[in-house]
Amino acid sequence: MSAGVLIVGAGHAGGAMAAALRQSGYAGAITLVGAEPLPPYQRPPLSKAWLKGEAGPDDLLFRPPAFYSDKSIGLRLSTRVAAIDRTAAAVTLEDGQRLPYEHLVLATGSALRALNVPGVASTGVLELRTAADAERIKAALAPGRRLAVVGGGYVGLEVAASARSLGAQVVVIEREARLLARVASEPLSAYFARCHAGHGVEIILGASVTAFEERAGAVAGVRLADGRVIACDVAVVGIGALANDALAAAAGLECNDGIVVDERCRTSDPAIHAIGDCTRRPLPRYGRTMRLESVPNALEQAKQAAADICGRPAPKPEVPWFWSDQYDVRLQIVGLPFDVARQVVRGDANAGQFAVFHLDADNRLQAVEAVNAPGEFVAGRQWVGARQQVDPARLADTGLTVKQIIDPAAPGAAGKP
Amino acid sequence: MPKVTYIEHNGTRHEVDVPIGLSVMRGAVDNGVPGIDADCGGECACATCHVYVDPAWLARTGAPGEMEKSMLSFAAVTQENSRLSCQIPMTAELDGLVVSMPEGQH
Repeated sequence: MSAGVLIVGAGHAGGAMAAALRQSGYAGAITLVGAEPLPPYQRPPLSKAWLKGEAGPDDLLFRPPAFYSDKSIGLRLSTRVAAIDRTAAAVTLEDGQRLPYEHLVLATGSALRALNVPGVASTGVLELRTAADAERIKAALAPGRRLAVVGGGYVGLEVAASARSLGAQVVVIEREARLLARVASEPLSAYFARCHAGHGVEIILGASVTAFEERAGAVAGVRLADGRVIACDVAVVGIGALANDALAAAAGLECNDGIVVDERCRTSDPAIHAIGDCTRRPLPRYGRTMRLESVPNALEQAKQAAADICGRPAPKPEVPWFWSDQYDVRLQIVGLPFDVARQVVRGDANAGQFAVFHLDADNRLQAVEAVNAPGEFVAGRQWVGARQQVDPARLADTGLTVKQIIDPAAPGAAGKP
Repeated sequence: MPKVTYIEHNGTRHEVDVPIGLSVMRGAVDNGVPGIDADCGGECACATCHVYVDPAWLARTGAPGEMEKSMLSFAAVTQENSRLSCQIPMTAELDGLVVSMPEGQH
């Protein structure tokens, strides 16, 4: 019998891969190896509904546990892979056991960037990547507890919002001059700064963390480069992630800040695919390669790899998209702001409902950031994919419906998308 | 347990038990029914769990909410009976529900 498909990594990408193979009619053996004790689960709720206690462990699971036995998918949990032997087409587990493969799929994900400062090992300095991490944060938060969030990116801001709803006091410390500096436009940064301040979060920008102060081994404060110490009972560090590509690199696969793959998720070895956060992938819409840390990316690449392994036509390329929930704010982003010549804001940021459209020099839509504006997001997803040219003046005109922006004959309902 | 029948675009039917309280989307995903992608995991953020509700069931599933309507408004193949299946919670009254899937979700 064939050794089948061996998937290393049982996160969102690995779980979706196993399911996509069965949906594509793959009849061989499938084995899913994961370092964590849980079957594949959803990470996005960890900083949101789950942290707030609005979702339980069963809600997190990507599929019910019986799914894997029903579909003859072997689960090897709490198991780490130590090495790939490409010549023998087998992986070696940390306990020395070897698992052969016909196709190997690397879905090893990403790891949080470490903050290497004194005191980072103190009790109460936490990070958020896994369900176990989220459990520790949840247990540490309570009304009146003082939380310091290091890093004003999406994870940090979502944790801040959830912590406020649990009654904790929250300070967000960001090294850059604005929140979300690497991942959102300036109007969004300004909006979320106001939004969090309005919910009682203190925001400190342009501040480098030099140490965690401790008292009896537990964190007591965050020391900044200017000498200030921000007192806290618990700290959460979220300063970005790095691709887990060491296993692939050690096996001689081409890596460049991520495992390099093509549009079908093939690595430099024809028997090995790689999917999800661990990859550097082509973005056909933008003529670039990039690492994308997102659920939609993991799902798209799982479908691409499954189609390739099953000899099926490649699925239609998707435009990257992302979302974030903070308080009652739903942010949806589609596309990436490459080659942007102008930004157009549609709607009123002060009213909490607006979208930032990013256009290139030919007024082709490159990306949309939509705040509580799902119509703009869904339209943007189509227009970005179609390289639609859009008139900036019509975009900004909220007297037009979203459909009327590109189709003057569309029915009107002025003011509303 | 209440049952839902999912009909793929190619006509393949899947009859599945869906526990009360789970969404119609989760019923499909948990059982590996193809055609419902549910990229966002049920947060009404992605519009990739689009289904057509059998007209006989429309009164019982109710109408889409404002967020859902906006998400649906741009799908090329929406019909009067279009819903996002993550926004239809399973109830005893929906035992026997029939939904069909569009050609694609993207």
